[in-house]
Amino acid sequence: MSGQAHNTDSQAETGQQERKELRAYGWGIGLALLLTVVPFGLVQWMAMPRFTLLIVIGAFALVQMLVHFRCFLHIGLRQKREDLQLILFSALLLTIMVAGTIWIMASLATRMAMPGSP
Amino acid sequence: MSPQAAMYQVNKYPGLNLGPGHGQDEEAAATVMFGFWVFLMSDAILFGMVFATYVTSLHGTAGGPGPHDLYDIKSIFIETMLLLASSFTFGMASLALKYKHGRIRLVSWMVVTLVLGIGFLGFELHDFSSMFAHGGVPSRSGFLSAFFDLVPLHGLHVTAGCIWLICLLGQIGRYGLDLKTKLGIMRLALFWHFLDIVWIAIFSVVYLGGLT
Repeated sequence: MSGQAHNTDSQAETGQQERKELRAYGWGIGLALLLTVVPFGLVQWMAMPRFTLLIVIGAFALVQMLVHFRCFLHIGLRQKREDLQLILFSALLLTIMVAGTIWIMASLATRMAMPGSP
Repeated sequence: MSPQAAMYQVNKYPGLNLGPGHGQDEEAAATVMFGFWVFLMSDAILFGMVFATYVTSLHGTAGGPGPHDLYDIKSIFIETMLLLASSFTFGMASLALKYKHGRIRLVSWMVVTLVLGIGFLGFELHDFSSMFAHGGVPSRSGFLSAFFDLVPLHGLHVTAGCIWLICLLGQIGRYGLDLKTKLGIMRLALFWHFLDIVWIAIFSVVYLGGLT
C-alpha cells in the first residue's frame, strides 16, 4: 500500500516536472519571438540613427542567445560538469580573437587609408 | 519538494536531462553529452573566426553589389521564424523522449522539425540564387567571398543536421528507442539548438547589421 502511494507520489512529481519544462520551452519561444521581431521591425522601418540601431541589434542578439541557452539548452548556474565554464571560456576566447581581429584590421585599414576606413 | 527532486535541479549535462525515469541510461548520457558539448564549443570558435573574417571584409566590395543590393529582409525573417519554430518542435521531441510519450509522438515532432529545417534550406538556397542573379557571386569581391564562407557554412551544418535526423528516424524504426538511439536524438537536439544560436548571430550581424 505504501509502495503504491509512493508510486503515485512520484508520478505526480513527474507530471509537475514535465509541465515546468514545457513552460520553459514556451517562455523560450515567446521571448525569442519578441527579441527577433523587434530588431527586424526597427531595421525595416528605420526608427533610429544607424549607430544606435547597431547597438540595439547587438544587445537584442546577446539577450536572445542567453534565452536560447537557458530555455532550449537548459544551461543553468548549477551544472554538474563544467558546461557553463566551457561556454564562458569559449566566449572569452571568441571575444579576444574576434574583437582583436576586427580591431587590428580596422586599424590597418585606417593607416593604409584603404577605401571604407572610418 | 522531495530531496530527490531538489537534487535533480542540478543538470548533469547540457540539454534536457533524461532524469531518473531512464535508469542507467542517464549515467551513460552524462559522458557522451559533455564530449559533444566540447565539440560544439570548438565549432562556435570556428564560426566566430569566420564572423571576424566577414566583418573585416565588409568594405571590400570592389565596386560590386553590397548588402543593400543583395539582402532581402522578408526572406531572412521567414528563415528566422522557420528555424526558431524548428528549435521549439525539437524541444517537444525531447520532452516526448524524456517522458516516454510513445514513438509516434516523438517521430511526429522529429518529422515536423525536419520539414521546418528543409524549408529553411529551401528559402536560403532561393536567397543565394537571387543573389547570383544580381551579380552577387563569391568571386565578385572579398566581401562576397566572406559572405559565402559564413552563411553557407551554417547552411551546411543545417543540411548535416537534417541528414542526421533522417538517419535517427531510420534508427528508431530499426532498433527502437535503445540507448544509442536516445543518445543520438539528445546530441542532435544540442546541435540543432546550437545552430539556432549561430543563426541569431548571422541574422543580427550579417543581415540586420548590413541593412542598417
